[in-house]
Amino acid sequence: MPNTSRRVLGLAVVALLGFALFNFPLLSLADGHSGPLGAPALLLYIFGVWAVLIVLAAVLRR
Amino acid sequence: MSTLPVATVLAVSLAYLGLLFVIALLVERRIERGRQLVRSPTIYALSLAVYCTSWTFFGSVGVAATQGIGFLPIYLGPTLMALLWPTLMVKCLRIAKRDRITTIADFIASRYGKRRGLAALVALICVIGVLPYLALQLKAVAAGFTLLTSGSASMRGGLFGDTALVITLVMAAFTIMFGTRHLDASERHEGLVAAIAFESVVKLCAFLAVGLFACFVLFDGPAVLFAEAAAHPRLSALWRFETSAGGWFDWSVLILLSMAAVTLLPRQFQVAVVENVDEAHVRRATWQFPLYLLTINLFVLPLACAGVLLIGPALAADDYVLGLPMQSGHPYLALLVFIGGTSAATGMIIVETTALATMISNDLVLPGLLHRAYAADLGRLLLLIRRGAILIVALLGYLYFRYAGEARSLVSIGLISFAAVAQLAPAFFGGLYWRLGTRSGAYAGLLAGFVVWGYTLLLPSASHSGWLPAQWLIEGPLGIVWLRPQALFGMDGVTAITHGVFWSLLANAAAYVGVSLATRADAQESAQAALFVGALQRDAERPIPLWRGGVALPELRALLVRILGEARAQAALEAYRNRHGGRVDDNDPGLLQHVESVLAGAIGSASARTLVASIAREAPLGLEEVMHILDEASQVLHYSRALSARTRELRDANRRLQELDQLKDEFMSTVTHELRTPLTSIRAFSEILADNPALDPDERARYLGIIIRETERLTRLINQVLDFARLEQGEAQWRIEPVALGAAIGDAAASVRQLFDDAGVALEVGPVPDDWWVRADADRLQQVLLNLLGNALKFAPPRRGRVEVSATRDGASVCVAVDDNGPGVAAQDVETVFEKFRQSGSNLTAKPQGTGLGLPISRHIVERFGGRIWVQPRSGGGASFRFTLPLEESA
Repeated sequence: MPNTSRRVLGLAVVALLGFALFNFPLLSLADGHSGPLGAPALLLYIFGVWAVLIVLAAVLRR
Repeated sequence: MSTLPVATVLAVSLAYLGLLFVIALLVERRIERGRQLVRSPTIYALSLAVYCTSWTFFGSVGVAATQGIGFLPIYLGPTLMALLWPTLMVKCLRIAKRDRITTIADFIASRYGKRRGLAALVALICVIGVLPYLALQLKAVAAGFTLLTSGSASMRGGLFGDTALVITLVMAAFTIMFGTRHLDASERHEGLVAAIAFESVVKLCAFLAVGLFACFVLFDGPAVLFAEAAAHPRLSALWRFETSAGGWFDWSVLILLSMAAVTLLPRQFQVAVVENVDEAHVRRATWQFPLYLLTINLFVLPLACAGVLLIGPALAADDYVLGLPMQSGHPYLALLVFIGGTSAATGMIIVETTALATMISNDLVLPGLLHRAYAADLGRLLLLIRRGAILIVALLGYLYFRYAGEARSLVSIGLISFAAVAQLAPAFFGGLYWRLGTRSGAYAGLLAGFVVWGYTLLLPSASHSGWLPAQWLIEGPLGIVWLRPQALFGMDGVTAITHGVFWSLLANAAAYVGVSLATRADAQESAQAALFVGALQRDAERPIPLWRGGVALPELRALLVRILGEARAQAALEAYRNRHGGRVDDNDPGLLQHVESVLAGAIGSASARTLVASIAREAPLGLEEVMHILDEASQVLHYSRALSARTRELRDANRRLQELDQLKDEFMSTVTHELRTPLTSIRAFSEILADNPALDPDERARYLGIIIRETERLTRLINQVLDFARLEQGEAQWRIEPVALGAAIGDAAASVRQLFDDAGVALEVGPVPDDWWVRADADRLQQVLLNLLGNALKFAPPRRGRVEVSATRDGASVCVAVDDNGPGVAAQDVETVFEKFRQSGSNLTAKPQGTGLGLPISRHIVERFGGRIWVQPRSGGGASFRFTLPLEESA
């Protein structure tokens, strides 16, 4: 039981973290640059964070 | 641009819809045949992807082509929300299963006391709010169909005169077939969910196909595509946040808005809560659903770039997804894409209208019918109502599309619906986590939010379409500038959506909280509030009985049959009977509860409550009683805590018992040892006497003397043990009378003086006034004094020993002290020397003589006299045994 609530809490923290990473000012750090493949860095940043969140969610649900 | 014949597109589309239907049918057949289909968590996650509609499929690319990454917040929000599901969704699931919740309107009304008025208001907000969203789907499919068959996006003319209307009717027909096959909405539509999961796979594959096609066929890989786009002046500007997605505040509001929407949209609530079969599925969906969202968004920006580069303004940006394969001469890929888009739209329309129809029938239409006595089968009537509602909702969506949505982009239409559904957020989340939220607060918040939403978002959208004069948007109603619907109080510089969401939710939340704090909940409400807020607590499963009396069985049966039909009514009663050991009595409040919950599954909790109340002889419980019941519930908790405390006490007692048991064993060995010593010497000397008849008389007399002394010692020991047993069991005889303390001490001293002299221990008795009389049993008092003196003698050092007896008066009692100059009593033994079977000193070292019963016996006696006995260290070494006795009132 404590483990479950720990994981639930962990996921909520990840959600908060995600909200911070997806918003000003952190989001603006990637703005205006261009990354690999010539894709906009902003786009790569968002998809990168997104993927990390999903991995964290998959790990934490176990 | 190559086109496809209408017949081909039509045939393929209908075949696809048919395939969906067959999937649903097969799944339901399997279940009907009793084969419980194993519903995997992945199917649950895929069915949640009904969130991605043709908005996602066509509209995202449209947004990306005009506003850059502005399409993303709508998917980032749900991703963050999914992370909160293990607590939030699980809570909703517990509540929904207990109360047999069938819609979001039912859920909110149930939280605030199961009143029909609130359910109706929520249903109304949902129906009106979601209409633009439905219109969006119709528009997307109609536009796609027209583009595919004629190469232009004009939707009038063509085979049926009005493509969108035909599509509307086909969709309504399919929804009726899917969603209203049975009455009990809480009995899940397994077939429907399977079909939705399937369509989620189809739309994802179709979108990935066209994305890969754009990246690798139309361009030589994403790098080339991005390089060309970077050279395009308008596209490269889109990649910068400031020049594309609007302000940061707009961005954040969209994230929050989509977080609310993914929870509160009627269709999301349907698939996530109502259709859920297993709480554990939520855990998998926590990462699978966001993964789906990420995947379907991967190619949005590349497609948008390709569209701008290759098509440009020749088509609306919303049509790029379909236009790219069309224009490059791949009509069959375009057909696949169209099927994917239709899939996305169909899934949304089917689930959304099913959910809305349930709300309309349960919360808007049914309450008007309940009070009339319909002899006919109400169940069949309900199904008819639901089918009619589906058709009406679909047609209303069509009307919105025709008169308000035709000219606008898909996403701007959809966001209006998001904002409407977000109005449920304060009442919903407040209801889940804030116990003080009241029904009046929910009413106030919903009304305020809905009105502001209508004013700032719905009316302007109608004005933009020429439905209302556009003049008032710019000048304000009646020329009042600060009331301009898209710049309320002069708020400017944000998008219309942000503006509307901000004001409506501000009004909503303020009214909800303010009115909630100003009003008090009634009984039913308080009970529901406690159940909702505390839904995750372990004992929340226990239903709280809210009916005092019961109703005769035939009456309840008749009610169930009226709604559910004969077979299902019988099954419901059987279920209750089985759960209660085969017996169902008339007037069983639990049965009433059961019937209410079964009915709630079919007609919604508010209507069910009204129906049951109409036949229950007694009113529902009042506030006091509900509070009492809740108290009882918390008392159970209290009792269980008390029980665990009691268990702890028992465990302690048990440990003490074991300790005592061990002490008893030690005592037995002590006593045995003490008995054996005299016995051995008696036997030895007896044998000497028996074997040597010619022993000289002096010798013989000495041996006999020893035998007699040892026998006396033996007798004394046995007497003590018996005496103690008698004292312990309270069987001793007492003769309490005034006793002269001085005389008693004197007698005791006299009888032991010889022993002290023999041991070379000095015995001094202090002066005791003659008029000190104590209430005691003279013999027992002697026993105490002799015990203490014997004890002192035992520990006093031979020849240097010194024992003093003294008595001092202390108010109404007198304290007798027997002091010695022996080794004293160790601090840890001060309490235990008076316990039976204890002896001073370690068991392992040499034991002092005696049974160890002297002091316990003394304590018994002194306490029986009403005094107390203790030992304290003496200054200068030695122990001071003291006891008090009450003084007799001197006559």
